Amino acid sequence: MNCCNEKEIIKLPAGEKLCRKHFTEYFENKVFKTITKFDLIGKQENLGVAISGGKDSLTLLHILNKLSRQNPKIKLTGILIDEGIKDYRDKSLEAAKEFCQKNNVKLEIYSFEEEFGMSLDNMLKVLDVKPCTICGIFRRYLLNKKSRELKFTKIATGHNLDDEAQSIMMNQFKNNIHLSARLGPMVGISSNKSSSIKNSSMKDNTMKNGINNNLKNKNNKNVITSNNINNDKDSNVNFVQRIKPLYLCTEKEVTTYAFVNNLLDEFTECPNVVKSYRAQVRDMLNNLEAKFSGTKYSIVNSFLQMLPDLKERFKEAEVNYCKECNEPASKDKCNACKYAEKLDKANASAILNNTQIFF
Amino acid sequence: MQINVFFDREKKEKTIEVGENSLIRDLLAKMGINPVTVIVSRNDTIIMEDDEINDKDKIKLISVISGG
Repeated sequence: MNCCNEKEIIKLPAGEKLCRKHFTEYFENKVFKTITKFDLIGKQENLGVAISGGKDSLTLLHILNKLSRQNPKIKLTGILIDEGIKDYRDKSLEAAKEFCQKNNVKLEIYSFEEEFGMSLDNMLKVLDVKPCTICGIFRRYLLNKKSRELKFTKIATGHNLDDEAQSIMMNQFKNNIHLSARLGPMVGISSNKSSSIKNSSMKDNTMKNGINNNLKNKNNKNVITSNNINNDKDSNVNFVQRIKPLYLCTEKEVTTYAFVNNLLDEFTECPNVVKSYRAQVRDMLNNLEAKFSGTKYSIVNSFLQMLPDLKERFKEAEVNYCKECNEPASKDKCNACKYAEKLDKANASAILNNTQIFF
Repeated sequence: MQINVFFDREKKEKTIEVGENSLIRDLLAKMGINPVTVIVSRNDTIIMEDDEINDKDKIKLISVISGG
């Protein structure tokens, strides 16, 4: 089915073919409908937009920028976490800076090197850990912490339908169904939701040895101070809610939109991705999609029907805070502190053996 | 027909031999590329899988997968 007399550029999973103009309208409407349907953005927001410089985050920022221009009470700031992955992050960083400068969007950049004392590349030299594991842990830690310091009401991420379908299936295959309760178009605990807070050491804002060397900023100050810890026992505002406005858009749709709006930069791929489990699940889903169009939509739509029950079944009665750094955590010590301690030990061991490889 | 194809994921250009009246879908199949994973452009315009290929065409394959 053709949409008009103009050249078609994409065929949707349901079979409809759209030209450039109608596809752009379709895509933008889909994003706005997703925002409305899942109540992702309120009338007034101080939104952080997590940017990597890749097509998803630039597409997201491009569309949210349009929204913000129509609704000045929705303020946007880009936030970029530079993990320090050579020949990958350094390239996308330039794309992010250029876009934000051109579109008058403020961009805050935080690096692993600055915040933890070493880049991801160097962390992987001393720790025997899956790259995506440690990258994700530290990136999410920084994203949440800095978003809170910047007083963002929410963080928007460029996660798309493909990402979600992959996460859903990965959790199924690994018998981690409880993790799927944390998926969906909006994640994190609303500040409106009451929850009892188990907070063990609000008095002690200093960090223990395992963290001090790595979770300090360059000026050697403790990064957690009493000023940025929220004492409100009725909310968990230490965790900034995350929204996914591209939630129902396929990767192909996002790329097509990025192409027609000149948001595409040179393709770069994280060198750690090719080894990942996610990449294998991604390839599996794409092979299925090629034979059975609409597979990924079906996975996500059926998951959305189950999500309320999953959230109910796996809801956290209490919100914990890490005893070391006071960030939200599911246990007494958050994963960031756990790995920071391992890094400290690994670095100490390297110094003793005279094999320190960084600095 | 000889077709020049640049695939951004491989960062290189190849010359692919395809038969007369071939479609983009045939080209992708010959290269072992899943059409779900790329968008195809010719002269900076997106073309679709059932578009015909012309002799001496310069085709660019743009990977849709996220880099990270």
